[in-house]
Order: sequence, then structure tokens, then C-alpha cells
Amino acid sequence: MEVIKKIFNEKRSLLVPVVSIVLGLLIGAIAMLAGGYNPILAYSSLFNRVIGSSYHMGETIRAITPLIFTGLAVAFAFRTGLFNIGVEGQFVMGMTGATLVGVLLDLPWYIHGPLAVITGAIFGGIWAGIVGYLKAKRGVNEVISSIMLNWTALYLANFIVSKFLTDPGQQKSRAIHESALMNIEWLVQLMDKARIHWGTFVALACVLIFYVILWRTKQGYELRAVGHNPDAALYAGMNVNRTIVKSMMISGVFAGLGGVFEVLGVFGNQTIMAASPGYGFDGIAVALLGGNTPVGVLLASILFGGLSYGSAGMSFGAGVPQEIIRIVIGSVIFFVAAHGIVKFILKPFMSKRAKRKEAA
Amino acid sequence: MWIPGDDECMDQSGAVVELKGITKRFPGLVANDSINFELKKGEVHALLGENGAGKSTLMNILFGLYQPDEGEIWINGEQTVIDGASKAIELGIGMVHQHFKLVQPFTVTENIVLGNEPKKGLKIDYKLANEKVKTISERYGLKVDPQMRVQDITVGMQQRVEILKTLYRGAEIVIFDEPTAVLTVQEIEELIEIIRNLAAEGKSIIIITHKLKEVMALANTVTVIRRGKVIRTVSTSETSERQLAELMVGRDVNFQVEKTKRPPGDIVLSVEGLQMKGDQGKMVLDGTSFKVRSGEIFGIAGVDGNGQSELIYAITGMRKVQDGQVSLNGNDITNDTPRKISTAGVGHIPEDRHKHGLVLDFKLSENMILNTYFKPEYGKSGLIDEKAMDSVTTRLVEEFDVRTSGIYTHARALSGGNQQKAIIARELNKDPDLIIAVQPTRGLDIGAIEFVHKRLMDARNEGKAVLLVSFELDELYALSDRIEVMYEGKLVGEVDADQRDDERLGLLMAGNTDHDGERS
Repeated sequence: MEVIKKIFNEKRSLLVPVVSIVLGLLIGAIAMLAGGYNPILAYSSLFNRVIGSSYHMGETIRAITPLIFTGLAVAFAFRTGLFNIGVEGQFVMGMTGATLVGVLLDLPWYIHGPLAVITGAIFGGIWAGIVGYLKAKRGVNEVISSIMLNWTALYLANFIVSKFLTDPGQQKSRAIHESALMNIEWLVQLMDKARIHWGTFVALACVLIFYVILWRTKQGYELRAVGHNPDAALYAGMNVNRTIVKSMMISGVFAGLGGVFEVLGVFGNQTIMAASPGYGFDGIAVALLGGNTPVGVLLASILFGGLSYGSAGMSFGAGVPQEIIRIVIGSVIFFVAAHGIVKFILKPFMSKRAKRKEAA
Repeated sequence: MWIPGDDECMDQSGAVVELKGITKRFPGLVANDSINFELKKGEVHALLGENGAGKSTLMNILFGLYQPDEGEIWINGEQTVIDGASKAIELGIGMVHQHFKLVQPFTVTENIVLGNEPKKGLKIDYKLANEKVKTISERYGLKVDPQMRVQDITVGMQQRVEILKTLYRGAEIVIFDEPTAVLTVQEIEELIEIIRNLAAEGKSIIIITHKLKEVMALANTVTVIRRGKVIRTVSTSETSERQLAELMVGRDVNFQVEKTKRPPGDIVLSVEGLQMKGDQGKMVLDGTSFKVRSGEIFGIAGVDGNGQSELIYAITGMRKVQDGQVSLNGNDITNDTPRKISTAGVGHIPEDRHKHGLVLDFKLSENMILNTYFKPEYGKSGLIDEKAMDSVTTRLVEEFDVRTSGIYTHARALSGGNQQKAIIARELNKDPDLIIAVQPTRGLDIGAIEFVHKRLMDARNEGKAVLLVSFELDELYALSDRIEVMYEGKLVGEVDADQRDDERLGLLMAGNTDHDGERS
């Protein structure tokens, strides 16, 4: 019951997000019409791609999974009053940690896999912990330090991969040993080789863990107190600085896990990246859409991941170019995030309905 | 001389405001229940009632912010509909809000003319504006420098800017919403003078308040409101503070808590030569020393900003001191962590209940364990034992009569008095040896003040040591066994707690030394 209430807190009903999505799709349709494309065809190809075949369904789930992790990471920090814009870097460090263990070590599967996962999670946690430490001890604004660390993470990862993990002339690391991979072979076969992996289940578990940590433990009580009112937390004898570091580390672990499963579950290697993968930044939008609640993040990830994956269908099926697809996604997010606007639009309908009730 | 209740003058000029049968309903409550109210020209009319009695609602109706569900508004003998603040201003009604609505980086003049600027071509004519502001401020004795920036002037002066704003817009009727809540003793005196001037110049004044002293000092007439209804309208010359209090609360009120003489016990808190550096490098505590014994209330008087807050931060461990010693029951607790000090037996009712005392977005039950949640009785495994949390909350809500719709209500939704009751319940429940209470009744109404005072006195009678910091002299005298005055970071002299001497107290608070009355 509590969980369900949490979804709808911030005085939001289910109606507002649904209307937001519809409004976003409408604006997107207008953009497509203006560009001379058929929006009905485009949207039907979008849905076709998302739920059309078992392969596409599996791949949609694959696209959703990292967003759950990064969305949870941003939301968790936010609950403690921190804006972790460095999820991107922590994600990359998670990838790197997992790749290091996956490529360099050769162990039995029951040790190798878990070790790679844990190493990646710790890499992400430490990377975020640096941001927390700088804020707690030196008062460095977490937004600035984490943006800087995003770049550091990208180039550090590229350096590690090219220096230690790559054969000469290659642009990606050697393959991760079979024993460390996290894909679920029988499900992969079942879904026409869609890349299904254990990360999805870990992500769902993290949704639950997120909730339990924050609302059921003493640690979470502290984290929330610091997030709502650091002065009262100090008065209550909490160690505000230590809480900031802890919160960032937990947030970084979520982010790192996202990266871990991208390499262990999806690609099986790590490329030398020209730019970071972007899941971390998408995570900010996901957390915002989800109202920083665990279930909200899950739902927002499904929406966001579905739209991103399905958008390729719009370009195949209706020839809509990538730019216009971004407009569609952007306007959906805009309306969900700016739910004040939606409420404003809904207001006349609501009051009319109320009046009618009164009259009746 | 200014005579309260100059009847002759009033009869000639008649009523400028008449509210007839005003009713305003909100979901679940009737805020105003067929209220009749009459304001005569040149009078000061107090609207007296407890928090939530409906006085602010009534004035918001008069100022056009709410529309009444029933009733009529007559201004200067004509029935009108006031459908917005601009209409109210047009009718010559001005309101000085409790929370000022000023643009901090703007100058006084810029704030006053905002939205109504005298123009020269396309530009604002600041010269004319400054002159206008100056003329008005001199006429009513409002000492304001029009060129100063609002962020650089005192709270009292900001309020005068708000008054000027209404006068600049041609207000003949000025509503003051809890005008003294944010002022120091001296500023209150000045405000009283200003309001008298305004009335003498023919302005009609309404004051919303729950402070009886001010009503008696300022108003000609007082209308008492309780639970949305007018209880009575009387002339101040025909009533007394006691009678007004009874009308307001609806029952007999104990102004004075019973203070029986009792011999103090052992020393509980000892503070020796505390030194603390402030943010600007100035010493905010400069050799503060005192002792508090069990079974006594030790009061610290003084003007706000003389190191009282810092002293409490130092004792409770919220800020570090550079030198000096704090001991509790003979154990050194100097610069210990707040948690260590709290568990050693210190209960703290903080000065700012929203900043320190409560997490407003937490449930009431979560707030009740704010500084004890880590103890094993609230869960041993790292999980919070919600049953234990809820049962403690239920018990304390009952015992301390915290009025709330439930223990899961967010602290934000409680009234100020009930928030304070919750904090007191939590702190006393720790069974501390020392209770620190800073401004414990700020912003509370009579009923709640009575409650807080009684609880503090009970604690003293049970043998607790109580350290009371307050800017309200009445409160200090009502409760304290001993009173010392704090000035610029140290205690400068003791006054007799049984023999009230405001003059001596005033001198000490202004920094005159104890011995010869010379400025130190």
C-alpha cells in the first residue's frame, strides 16, 4: 500500500502523466505532419517495433535495463539533497571495472561473474564517493565536480582499455571470458537472440532495495533527514558529511551496476569510446519523470527505453528522420516533467466535471 | 496627548468600513461565521484572536484576496465588491503583511514606487519619487532613508517601508497583520508611536494580533474573534487583559504559572569562559560563564544577536568553541558531538523549530524519534521498528495533547503550537537532566504559551535544570529563578528575578555595565 502511495505522491494522479504522454505524442505528430511524414504510420511502426516480435520485445527490455539503474542512481542522490549529474562517469567506471575482471582473470563461473559485477559496482561507488568526499570535506559543488569526473572517467576508461585490454590495432577490448558473462542463454534463444541478461532482474531487485534502504532502515532515515533538512539532521546528531558520502556511494553503485551489465550482459567487450554512452544523462530525465520514487523510476524507464528503442522503427517504417524522433521524445518528456502545464490544461475539464456533479 | 477612544471625533466621521454578516467557508471548516465588523474613522481597531480563529481570513476578504460566501462589504457608506487587491488599493485600503513583500536588492524608493512609478518620458523619475517618499515619511515620523537598499536595513525599517508603500498608494485604511511578531522591544515602541501618528492624521487602522499587551497599548476598540465568530466588540478603556484573554480562549487563563520557592540542587550545567569566533572573525562568545543547578530555571535575557544562539550551539555541540569548558554533571562535554551531548542528558527545544526542531516533510511519527532513532528500542538490525516508533508517537501525542489528524500527518501540516508541543514532548521524553529552551513560545497563542510554561515549570519542579533563553521579558520573569543579561558574547549582570526592574534590565541589555551605568 505504501509503495502504491509513493508512486502517486507529490499530489499526482495517474491521469496527469497519461495526459502528458498523449500531449507529447500529439505535439510530435504535429512536428511530423509539418515535416510531411505520416504520424499514424510512424506511431504504429513505433509500437510494432516495441511489441511486434519476441526479438524486439527482448531488445526493448535490454534498452530499458540500464535506464532503471541510472534513473535509480540519480533519484537516490536526489533524495539526500544531492544532484548527481555524474552518473554517466560512474556508469563508465562500472563498465571498466567489470571488463578488467572479465578479461584479465580466468576463474570458475560462480566466482568470476559475481566478482566482475561487484568490482564494477565498487568502481562506480568509489567514483561517486570522490564527489561526495569533495563536497563534504571541501564544500565543492557536486554538480561541478561530477561533470569534471565524467570526462575523467571517459578518458581513464579508454586509457585502461587500450593499454591493458586490447590487442594491437583493435578498437575494443579482448572478449570477456565466457565465465564472467551475464547473459541468460536459454532466454536469448527463446527470444530470437535478443540480448537478455541477468541485469534486468538485478535492476528490478534494485528498485526494491532502493525502497527498503530509504524507507525501512535507520540509514535511510538519516539519508532522508539530511535530504529534507540538513540543519535538523545536525541538530539530531547525525553526521551530515558522512551521510553525503554514503549517499553518493550508494548512488554510484546503482550507476556502476548499469555499466557492468552493459559489458557483461550485452556486448561482451568494451570499446574505446569517442563519447560516453549517454545512459547517465538519460537517467536524470528518468528520475525526474519518475518523481524520484523507485516505482516511478521503473515506469519512466519503460517509457523512455521503449520510446528510444521504438524510435528506430519510426525511421524504418515511416521514414521519419532521427531529428524529428528526438522532438517526439523531447515533447513527451517536456509534458511529463512540466506537469504543472498539464494540470493547467486539464483544469477547465476538471472544474466542468465538478460543476456537473454539483448540479446533479 | 493622544487619547484612546476619542468618542466625539468618531461620531462625527462615522464608519469607514462596515462588514455585515460575512461568512467564508473552506472545505471542512467555517473560517468566518456571519461576522459583523465596523471600523470608524481615525480609530485603531484591534482584531484579537488565537491562531486559526479566522482574523486573517476576514482581513484577506477586506483586502480582496478572498471572496466572501455571504455578507456585504460597505466602504465609506457604499456597498462594494472587492474582487482583488488592486480594487482594495483603489478604495484606499492598504495592508502591511506579516511577511514583508519587498525586493531585497532594490532601494527603499524603488520598492515603494514599484508598479506605480512616476515617469519622465520612458524613464522613471527617481528624483520625484525620492522626494515624494521623503515627504510622506517625514509627515508620519517614519524614519527611512529612501536611498538605502532594503537588504541593508533592519527588520523594523523594512516594516516602515511596507507602511510607506501603503501610504504612497493613498491608503486611508491600513491593515497590520501581526505587526510586532518580528520586532525587537525597541522597534515595537517605535511602531506604536507610528501607528498613533497615523491615527492622529485621520487614518483608520486595523491590527490583527493575538498579543494582549499591544491591544491595550494601541487600540481604541477591540473585536475578539473565536472559531470564526465575533465574541464581543469592546472599547479598550472598558476591559482588561484578563477579560480579553478569557474572551479569546473561551475559558479562564492562567497568566502566571505557579512558581514555588524551592532550594536549588547540585550543579548540572557549568559553562566556563567560552570563546567562539563568528563568521566575520569577530568573537561571538567572549568569555561566557554561568552555572545552572537542578531544580532551577536560569533565564538569559538580552537583545537578539548578542551571542545567545551561538551559546546554545556551543553547549549542544552544534558548533565548536575555540576555548572554554562546558560540563554536564561534572563531566567535560566541550566540543563533543551533538549526539553524545544529547544522550548524556540534554534536551533541546531549539530557537527555530522549522530549521532545527523538525523535518517538516517527515511524518509526525518520524519526527518523534529524530534524535533517538539510533537506539536499540527502535530496531536492532538496522531496520526501523515502525511499531515502536508509532507507539511512542501515539503515547506522546496523547500525553502532550498534540492536535493532529494522525501520527502519519506530515509535521508541516501541524499548527505552530502543535509543532512546538511535539518538539517539547520529544525532548522531555528523553528524560534529560538539562533542558535548554530557546524562545520556546515564539509565535504561539495564549493557550499554547500556557501549556509550554507549565511543562517547563513542571520539569523544574521534578528537579531538572532548565536553561531558558528568551527575548520576552514577561516570559523570563514568569519562569526564571535567576536572570542574567547577555551582551556581546558574555553575561554582563544579574537582575532580581522576583523584583522586576525594567529600567536596569534595559540598561544592561543596551550594554551599560552593572556598576556605574557607563557604557562599557
